Amino acid sequence: MKIGRRGFLSFVIGGAAGTALSPLPWKLMDDTSIWTQMWPWTPVPEDGEASYVNSVCTLCPGRCGITVRKIEDRAVKIEGMRGNPVNNGGICLLGLSGLQLLYGPTRIKSPLKRTGKRGQGKWDRISWKEAVSMVVEKLGDLRSKGRAHTVGMISGSDRGTVPHLFERFLTAYGSPNFFRMPSVRDSYELTLHIMQGVQALPGFDFKNADFILSFGSGIIDGWGSPVRMMRNFSAWRNTGAKVIQIEPRLSNTAAKSNKWIPINPGTEGALAMGLAHVIIKESLYDNGFIADYANGFDEWKRLVIDKYDPDSVAAITGIDAGTIVALARSFANASNPLAICGRGDGTTPVGLSDCMAVHALNALAGSINNKGGIFAVSDLDYIHWPEIEMDAKAAVGMQHERLDGAGSRKYPNSRYLPNRLPEAILSETPYPLESLFIAGVNPLYTLMDTRPIEKAFEKIPFVVSFSSYMDETAQRADLILPNHIYLERYEDVPRPIGMLQPLISLAKPVVEPQLDTKHAGDVIIQMAKGLGGSLANSFPWESYYSCLKETLGEKWEIMVEKGFWSGSESMTKNLETSFDTVSGKFEFINPDSGSAVQYKPVAVEGDRKSYPLILIPYDSIRLAPNSFVGDPPFAIKTVDDSVLKHNDVFVEINPKTARVAGLREGELVLLSTPIGAGKVRIHLFEGIIPGIVALPRGLGHTGSDDYLDGKGINVNALIGPVQDPDSGMDAAWGIRAKISKV
Amino acid sequence: MKYNKNHRFGMVIDLDKCTGCGSCMVACMAENNVPFRKDESNKLLSITWMRVFRLTNGEPFPKTDICYLPRPCMQCAGQHEGHSPCVSVCPATATDYGIETGIVSQIYTRCFGCRYCMASCPYHSRYFNWWDPIWPTGMEKYLSPNVSPRMRGVVEKCSFCYHRYQLAKEKAFMEKRRELKESEYQTACAQACPANAITFGDLNNPDHAVHRMVNPDPKHGGRPKNPHAVRLLERLGTNPKVYYLSSRNWIRQAGDNHLKNEAKIKKPVHHG
Repeated sequence: MKIGRRGFLSFVIGGAAGTALSPLPWKLMDDTSIWTQMWPWTPVPEDGEASYVNSVCTLCPGRCGITVRKIEDRAVKIEGMRGNPVNNGGICLLGLSGLQLLYGPTRIKSPLKRTGKRGQGKWDRISWKEAVSMVVEKLGDLRSKGRAHTVGMISGSDRGTVPHLFERFLTAYGSPNFFRMPSVRDSYELTLHIMQGVQALPGFDFKNADFILSFGSGIIDGWGSPVRMMRNFSAWRNTGAKVIQIEPRLSNTAAKSNKWIPINPGTEGALAMGLAHVIIKESLYDNGFIADYANGFDEWKRLVIDKYDPDSVAAITGIDAGTIVALARSFANASNPLAICGRGDGTTPVGLSDCMAVHALNALAGSINNKGGIFAVSDLDYIHWPEIEMDAKAAVGMQHERLDGAGSRKYPNSRYLPNRLPEAILSETPYPLESLFIAGVNPLYTLMDTRPIEKAFEKIPFVVSFSSYMDETAQRADLILPNHIYLERYEDVPRPIGMLQPLISLAKPVVEPQLDTKHAGDVIIQMAKGLGGSLANSFPWESYYSCLKETLGEKWEIMVEKGFWSGSESMTKNLETSFDTVSGKFEFINPDSGSAVQYKPVAVEGDRKSYPLILIPYDSIRLAPNSFVGDPPFAIKTVDDSVLKHNDVFVEINPKTARVAGLREGELVLLSTPIGAGKVRIHLFEGIIPGIVALPRGLGHTGSDDYLDGKGINVNALIGPVQDPDSGMDAAWGIRAKISKV
Repeated sequence: MKYNKNHRFGMVIDLDKCTGCGSCMVACMAENNVPFRKDESNKLLSITWMRVFRLTNGEPFPKTDICYLPRPCMQCAGQHEGHSPCVSVCPATATDYGIETGIVSQIYTRCFGCRYCMASCPYHSRYFNWWDPIWPTGMEKYLSPNVSPRMRGVVEKCSFCYHRYQLAKEKAFMEKRRELKESEYQTACAQACPANAITFGDLNNPDHAVHRMVNPDPKHGGRPKNPHAVRLLERLGTNPKVYYLSSRNWIRQAGDNHLKNEAKIKKPVHHG
């Protein structure tokens, strides 16, 4: 057959038209789009029966109740627990990311023994039996040599049964060296101890306060119990309560407040004294309280009137005198005013004199133990265990003074000063530290100036970590005894600091332990049993579970079901019996030093000439700075691109300051301080005082995961500690700095 | 007037209360199996159904002010119900407008990734999966069976947690009820918000908080009668179902584009 031109064209055109009209191309297109989507590696989550478990989140000191949604034996979503007195349904982004910490690949899978050099990352997997016997052998050896007091333990908390077991173990073993990581709670505890003569926690009646004067407290930036504070803040919006935020940088709290008053960093105490001056001079203070329940007011009044007139305070703080006078009047004239302190998220202490000055304002306003004010709250007394059996070695060991100097003649009222440890360890004064146990904290990341701490760690012969993650501190341990994470274990969790209502929450296993981990409480009990004698006798429980169940007694059932036990709010408003000082009254005079409350500036390290700027850290809840864990993938994903771009963190600087130095937005620069330096990018921000630069805390992690590691720098490594002379606490609020082009 | 049985689910976000904490973003990611990558600092590529924007008033120190603005999908109804910008351009019917709920759906298996919808969305609420989602070893365990993980090459966006609506309806059906209570259907972000800044409910139902808060005007496409409430880009006529409350004028102004000195230009007066 012959194919002509005409035939050929008819064939081609007809074929094309036919194909186009047929379903073939559409079918092919459809198939292609399906084929390119049905990859076997796109997971298809298995369905099953849904259930909910109530528990509590312990990733930060906030202690929110959580309800975890499960599908069969998998936890699929963490939600805030409705009806919980702390958070009533709300939950923060860290709490929401908890399952990434549960199922993530960064967990320590079994007990590990270091094989290479410290920090080299070479580990041997060992069994729990081997691990515990290693510890027992080491501790037995030290104890038999009469060096029991050289064993220390750092914990994130000293409340609840697990920290109590740690402390009990140390006491029965013969060491006074139990440490709690620093926070603004230290400042408050000391203030309440000195001014009111009580050993108590601060409790704030935020619900009824109508004028909140915050000296830099990041009320919605993670201070205290973050979700609870945000709930309070929103409630103030409804009730019309005023919030005044005093700090050098326009934080989220400052932006949401009724008024932001920028202040020279570190001078908050001076402002408090200046406000006191106006209140006293204009007789705006609570006469009844001062006349009946205060001691040393006349002496303090003379000092305040003499030294802290608005003009002098304006010169120190950079706030004009008119603003100071107006602020003092509106504070004193409010019905239920409340002054609070603790910078940022409150994980760093403030100088004792600053905290006392702020507390004195509450006294002037009559807000001590009063509606909408501050209360001294004693912790719930529910842990009743048999007496510790003390043998001769334990008694001798406990005679030694503490390594950090807390409770010594120099710092008689301080309870824990872990910030002083590096110095004590390096100088071996009063004695060397032979072994250190670390639980639930990451001091090598969170304490200021990390280098001396690393060096101090090198000197400790035997470091044991209970960490579930390979954090900065665990990396330098000799032995890791990984704890279950909070979603896998039982633990009693007392109410968050600042809360008035009595509350104990119960963490309980939402899922079975996923890895070869063990409850730290069980490990301690096994350690005691392994050491035998009086130690074993002091730990009569079979397991941590039985210890906890026995301790909680009749509360146990309700806690298992509801996730918490709560009592009714009982506030001691009786001022007659509130003060346990020598005078029986509220003290404006520190009985130890004999001096009245005053402004004592906490020095800033570095000289102005070589370091013309001042660096302050800031806290953003999206970077989880007040947690012992680094930011999980979900949380780091939310961080703004003006805070983190690729691996570089931005330093915030006022455009005026930047213009003088010729710095442009986004430029890569070297930020140096007297103790360290790091590369950062410039972010021009109008919300910061000229001459001040700010870096966020929570970045610069190592050993975390691919999503966080190597991002930004750790601001704690750039700021050196500044010891508060009155208390020994690290009260550093910043450091001098300079920015140079690279 | 005939009683409108259809729902118009919507959201009211109080910007005076929003703390910018980012909980809504993570609540959404955890609820909807949203993937994550090692570097999420390029926000154009970062899949966030709910994204919190940071606004500044541009004033110099110390008058400067910042405000956070959470942005889910606005579930636009368009000029007439169903004429959403994205729905009207989708060649695959992969996105559709639910007349019963007022929610704009996204059907991943129908989507072939042309991204017309992304181009047409004035709120940047839609995201494209440029990569396969990868969960680190073990982390697939937390994935929820209620929302299917998306594959490379498709567009995704906020669904007002539609699966929660389905679950609530199923439950109500089992209990022989036809109507849902306000609390029975809430989005993950509204539920998690620590500041109670997000309120969710049926804008058509006068008993629901969202209706009371903004008082939508049915004659003008649901435009809020509350003077403190605004919708983003109101003048585009997208008729969105997300309202923002703010007591601060500069924030409400930031919700739309304005001519310079617009406030000074006299409004035309209509006679007769």
